[in-house]
Amino acid sequence: MKLDARVPSGPLADKWQSLLDEIKLVSPANKRKHTIIVVGTGLAGGSAAASLGELGYEVKAFCYQDSARRAHSISAQGGINAAKNYQNDGDSVYRLFYDTIKGGDYRSREANVYRLAEVSNNIIDQCVAQGVPFGREYGGYLANRSFGGAQVSRTFYARGQTGQQLLLGAVSALNAQVAAGTVDLNIRSEMLDLVVVDGRARGIITRDTVTGEVESHVADAVLLCTGGYSNVYFLSTNAKGCNVTAIWRAYKKGAGFANPNYTQIHPTCIPQSGDYQSKLTLMSESLRNDGRVWVPKAVGDERAPNDIPEDERDYYLERIYPSFGNLVPRDVASRNAKNVCDEGRGIGTTKRGVYLDFAEAIDRLGEDVIRARYGNLFDMYEMITGENPYKAPMRIYPAPHYTMGGLWVDYYLMTTIPGLFALGEANFSDHGANRLGASALMQGLADGYFVIPNTLGEYIAGAKLEAVSPDQEEFNAARSEVEARTERLLSINGSRSVDEIHRELGMVMLDKCGMSRSAEGLTEAIEQIRVLKKEFWSNIKVPGTGEELNQELEKAGRVADLFELAELMCMDARQRNESCGGHFREEYKTDEGEARRDDENFTNVTVWEYKGDDAEPVAHTEELEFETVELTQRSYK
Amino acid sequence: MKLTLEVWRQKNGGDKGGFSTYELEDVDTHMSFLEMLDVLNQDLIVGGAEPIAFEHDCREGICGACGFVVNGVAHGHQKGSTICQLHMRHFSDGDKITIEPWRAKAFPIIKDLVVDRSSFDRILQAGGFVTIRTGSAPDANALPVATDTLEHAMDFAECIGCGACVASCPNGAAMLFVGAKISHLALLPQGMPEKAKRALKMVEAMESEAFGACTNYTSCEAVCPKEISISGIARMNKDFRRASVAGAEPAHGKKR
Ligand SMILES: Cc1cc2nc3c(=O)[nH]c(=O)nc-3n(C[C@H](O)[C@H](O)[C@H](O)COP(=O)(O)OP(=O)(O)OC[C@H]3O[C@@H](n4cnc5c(N)ncnc54)[C@H](O)[C@@H]3O)c2cc1C
Ligand code: FES
Repeated sequence: MKLDARVPSGPLADKWQSLLDEIKLVSPANKRKHTIIVVGTGLAGGSAAASLGELGYEVKAFCYQDSARRAHSISAQGGINAAKNYQNDGDSVYRLFYDTIKGGDYRSREANVYRLAEVSNNIIDQCVAQGVPFGREYGGYLANRSFGGAQVSRTFYARGQTGQQLLLGAVSALNAQVAAGTVDLNIRSEMLDLVVVDGRARGIITRDTVTGEVESHVADAVLLCTGGYSNVYFLSTNAKGCNVTAIWRAYKKGAGFANPNYTQIHPTCIPQSGDYQSKLTLMSESLRNDGRVWVPKAVGDERAPNDIPEDERDYYLERIYPSFGNLVPRDVASRNAKNVCDEGRGIGTTKRGVYLDFAEAIDRLGEDVIRARYGNLFDMYEMITGENPYKAPMRIYPAPHYTMGGLWVDYYLMTTIPGLFALGEANFSDHGANRLGASALMQGLADGYFVIPNTLGEYIAGAKLEAVSPDQEEFNAARSEVEARTERLLSINGSRSVDEIHRELGMVMLDKCGMSRSAEGLTEAIEQIRVLKKEFWSNIKVPGTGEELNQELEKAGRVADLFELAELMCMDARQRNESCGGHFREEYKTDEGEARRDDENFTNVTVWEYKGDDAEPVAHTEELEFETVELTQRSYK
Repeated sequence: MKLTLEVWRQKNGGDKGGFSTYELEDVDTHMSFLEMLDVLNQDLIVGGAEPIAFEHDCREGICGACGFVVNGVAHGHQKGSTICQLHMRHFSDGDKITIEPWRAKAFPIIKDLVVDRSSFDRILQAGGFVTIRTGSAPDANALPVATDTLEHAMDFAECIGCGACVASCPNGAAMLFVGAKISHLALLPQGMPEKAKRALKMVEAMESEAFGACTNYTSCEAVCPKEISISGIARMNKDFRRASVAGAEPAHGKKR
């Protein structure tokens, strides 16, 4: 597997512009002759499909939901970063770049991250012009809020629904292209395989989830914008349908999978309340601005929180990290919550929870101020738990939230399969081993609006693409494989539901490949996953047929892929003999128990190559070269 | 807690459909409504029966995928929430709960509680956007917008397009949805240049679908999970009337 990142030469700040100056262009008349498949209509896919349609390409877009505007991006709450420096607080493209690289614990590619920071400002301009109602100050100009990992205020927001408003903006641009006839939008269509002809991505196989029809779609390039795979843990903050299928099938067709283990476990989510739980709800990180995190000092203290006196409480983040306190980055906050619960000091019925207490802030600022700042989040908390957070502290616990790993891409966002591109959360590109808040939305839109419309042209103009037909051998073979797999899932006819086994997989993953990992635990996990996988393929029950709307069948197909992914995640975590960002290996910590990187051996990206179902995958590395920033140990003490 | 569910089951669009009864023995009050259905579905699956099909994704009240009628009320009786946000503590032991899909001509049933809402998207595709080429936008702060205007637009922009308004309307009208989408853009300066054209196109698209007319029942506003105001309908009607009188094309200074 050849890993050439194709980073342009020259100084960091000039790379993107020099590439734009020299990149091959496709003439308007020729664009019309090229069909581009875009799988996914979230921020990455929606913005890409709209922009490519506008440029004149024939675009075919796909999503599994009943509407493009329901992609998971819609649920992002907090905001989107940009280096506008509207606050006059010293922000710059360089600072946004630097914070993102540092926040990612120096495990991402400098040039990509710099470009992300560079185009961040154009994103805000574009969205405002579309009518995205970002919050404003009294003078009518844009407002910002602060997020973790930064000392400037650079986050733009639309109430607590930033993702919704950005997605409605992107999908409105997409709709304009549907109206113009440049985009053919296919809803309720699930991509089940990638078709590679003569070494190039030339199409996909989809299943219409209403009729069950399996179809072949031909294209000159395929863009996968299919989001993240936190649902491998069963319980996560992701939408129920989020999955790995599209990029997993691409991996099995030869695309390298980078850093699969890098997962972000978000510290502030509502804890699980019972075995029936179907997902976990995120409580915005912004709450840590005013909330204080604590647990009882004593093990097994069963008193109600308000009955526990001050001196019997352990405000452990303030104690361990006096300078950052409750505002340490996500990975650090999550790990410490796990530690205190492991010590037996967790709260709530399950004992997997810590308090997030606003009493002091309410005393200091008054209930009205707190209501104005967080009212909608407090309401949401009360709706879910039935408890009033103005009166008693919130209960929170970390939950899987975002996957930094994904398909390996070069500077052009192309994977190791020519003609196959990956955008948004589906690629591994910009967040290294830990993502900062409010940068996923930025990355999805950067990729879709500003990067791919330029870099795709280089491929289209430079590639000699023979005509292919949906009836040729490669398509027929892929279709038969998809049909056979569907048949197989339907015919197992065992005695357990898909969810039941998926839950067990999730528990193994959370326990052994979650907030803290060890070589021994990961080896055990791989064994357990294999056993569960066998159980899955021999004992699940999927009622109904393949020729109708069959939600269990859809779920079974996704979970089957998550099983394979889970094993790769554990292998990846096991070979990375260091701790970095969200990847914490118990064997590699400082004397104080903090993450210890190994820059000498692991300043790299691990890229996995599939070698067949019965063979071990092979790990390759892309060495990361830092020309501009100096690698330092993160410290928040 | 024990519950009796009467659930609408319908194999597909061609099937007649009817209610099936399910007795639930041990419902935890902390469950969400959808989790209660998940648990029932697990039993059905393991017993070899087909689970109840219902749409959902985010389960946080924002994607707009979920939605059905509970005891006659779209999204259930909790005000300002989607069905995925309703928790079982709001029910009592022994309750009988009726669950039906959205019923509207413009939303044909696909299966059980799943309906086809693509008519909404066809309306949006007709004109629910600002035409702005990627990369051609001016600086975001070039155009100030007063905060109350902005907040007003945001009140409409919050619409999640779930279809509860249509389902609750005796006429099956889509006015609250279309009014919200039109108002969001019409209130902002960015939406001004295409305001007339947008209103014309979207209302025409709405009328070409199987939605009914609005006769001011206001039941849409009562069930809307985002509590969108019916004032959006008035704005839509006004913009549409003005645009119809003037014609969709902008007036020119010179006769051509
Ligand atoms: C609760 C929550 C809050 C968040 N808040 C923030 C925030 O405040 N700021 C921030 O920057 N980030 C936030 N994030 C992260 C951010 O929302 C996501 O990383 C981002 O939106 C992903 O966008 P995307 O376009 O890559 O993918 P998605 O939005 O997930 O879209 C995936 C698309 O792919 C389609 N798809 C998937 N698989 C298939 C298939 N096999 N066939 C066909 N179609 C398929 C889906 O239909 C969908 O259209 C949050 C995430 C969560 C879970
Ligand atoms: S499932 Fe998304 S709004 Fe209910």
